[in-house]
Amino acid sequence: MLAMSARTAIQLAALLVLCAVLMLLGLSIGSTGFSPWTDNDPTLRQILWDIRAPRSLGAWLAGALLALAGAVAQGLFRNPLADPYLLGCSAGASLGVAALNFLVGLSPPATALALRIGMTGAAFAGAVFAVVLSLILARGVEQSLRLLLAGVVVGVVLGSGAALLTLMNPDILRAMQAFMLGSTGYVGWSAVQVMAMAMVLCLLVSLGCSRALDALTLGEDTARSLGQRLTLIRLLLIGALSLATGAAVAQCGLIAFVGLVAPHLVRSWGPTTHGALLLLSPLTGGALLLAADIGARWVIAPQELPVGIITALLGGSYLLWLMHRRKSSLGGAR
Amino acid sequence: MPPTGLRALARSIAAPVAAAWVALLALSTFNAAHAAPISVKDDRGHTITLADTPRRIVSLLPSLTETVCDLGDCDKLVGVDRFSNFPARVQTLPKLGGLDDTAIEMLIALKPDVVLLGISARVIDRLESLGIQVIALEPKSLNDVQRVLGKVGQVLNRQDEARRLWNRIDGHITQSAASLPAAARGLSVYYEVDAGPYGAGSTSFIGEILTRLGAKNILPPALGPFPKLNPETIVRADPQVIMVGQRNAAGLPQRPGWQAIRAVREQKICVWAPAESDVLVRPGPRMSEAAALMARCLRDAAAGPVTWPTAPFNAPAGGMR
Repeated sequence: MLAMSARTAIQLAALLVLCAVLMLLGLSIGSTGFSPWTDNDPTLRQILWDIRAPRSLGAWLAGALLALAGAVAQGLFRNPLADPYLLGCSAGASLGVAALNFLVGLSPPATALALRIGMTGAAFAGAVFAVVLSLILARGVEQSLRLLLAGVVVGVVLGSGAALLTLMNPDILRAMQAFMLGSTGYVGWSAVQVMAMAMVLCLLVSLGCSRALDALTLGEDTARSLGQRLTLIRLLLIGALSLATGAAVAQCGLIAFVGLVAPHLVRSWGPTTHGALLLLSPLTGGALLLAADIGARWVIAPQELPVGIITALLGGSYLLWLMHRRKSSLGGAR
Repeated sequence: MPPTGLRALARSIAAPVAAAWVALLALSTFNAAHAAPISVKDDRGHTITLADTPRRIVSLLPSLTETVCDLGDCDKLVGVDRFSNFPARVQTLPKLGGLDDTAIEMLIALKPDVVLLGISARVIDRLESLGIQVIALEPKSLNDVQRVLGKVGQVLNRQDEARRLWNRIDGHITQSAASLPAAARGLSVYYEVDAGPYGAGSTSFIGEILTRLGAKNILPPALGPFPKLNPETIVRADPQVIMVGQRNAAGLPQRPGWQAIRAVREQKICVWAPAESDVLVRPGPRMSEAAALMARCLRDAAAGPVTWPTAPFNAPAGGMR
């Protein structure tokens, strides 16, 4: 399906090796620092299998989903600053989680309802709600700029709703903070399954649309004249972008910067087609978030840093360096 | 400016300042005719001088509200923060918001002689610039509670009651510890403050009470009062008892890998109802009750599986502290 250049193949192989190494490291880093598995310890084997394995795999998957969403968003909106949260996903998910936490303890039926929906359900529903709202406000997917503006508005409004609920019940402050900074601590096998399924689905859809994304870089009229069905493509891609972001955010909270930075990293290694970008970005994002998760566990073990702080530090410094190095590519000189 | 000008300027400033001081002294001596001024050094290190025993007090911290009432001056409280709900009579007082969103206008209108609050309150500087006497206190450990009781006692001119109150709290904690059967001592405990997971470390007041009850906290003192942990830490430490508030109890046994913990396997998870959580998280006069609650949990856990509260979780609106 994809004619791959030799350079892309080498990058792909290198990233796969890096991810494998990080995964082994992830299995060896726990609450006591570096503690790889030795055969004679059943407790450790259980910890490894029940906690570290799903956690490491889950962090990798969440990073991959966010990076894929970021690559799709940047290609679709032809905007280097587009990220997975640009349609208000993050604010919607925050509102969902805040509403859920607010319901707990409000009254017995509300509590029962909240426990049935669960944190992941609420976050996912909130993210989907935000995207639908943005689409309604922008009257469909035809106008990119309208959609971007709608996303900003929805993000601000839903975000302030979440803030208001948190203010009304400060008990939920810590839970909200944990969600806002991202957390991979409680990722189990069921979460891994959900994210893996979302990953496969979104990857297939976006790879199927990669030719259209390539055509789009030449401008909308050109893409149309090349016979691309832009409206359908946009709908499919926004669906994939939202599903990928929603799945990652629902399981791990709002993880900063991975989705924005991973595609930039891939592009900084040389020009790529979207087909290659959509394969390399998830591998890069997965490696980034897994590395950040390992750092979060390791730096002050047995205490833990919120993983979002590490990704923001890593991603933020990288982005600053990139802007410093190539002023023109990030809108310095037009 | 030439030096003569400076001197003249200094003189011109000094005169009204001196006059003001004289007036102030005259006023305070007039007041002192039937009261001695009170001088208290608060936890910021500021010395606050009150001309007289305060008659109108605002408290912006639930533990301080409970302390004022316990010392017998509940009727002097004219306003409290959003979370002060004990004793019941303070619930009718004007609510002045929380630590970060204090209703300053309302507070000023109450004309308090002194405001008692936590050291991290954002409103401190604003109140002082408006000429309100502010005493910032920080009860964190058991020693802090003893010190803060003494300070509040000084402010209210009730030093003896404060001493007696501390002896009572201390005695009750000792009694709770003595009441435990041998089987309930030395159990290893994980106390969860929040699902982060944040635990109560050995150096927090909760951890200190646990230690006094003879329990073994799975978190070493080096981690500080309320560390955010890697969930693996708790699974590895394999505590015999877990204590957790009802808000975070749902789903705790289902967390990845937690089925392996002894406390989960043997159903020795003590779940605090909202009213109990209120008592447990406030470093104030009700710490004797907190010790009794934890002792009850240890006793139950030593005897067999602990039952969860049957009442559905129902927190007061606006949260609890």
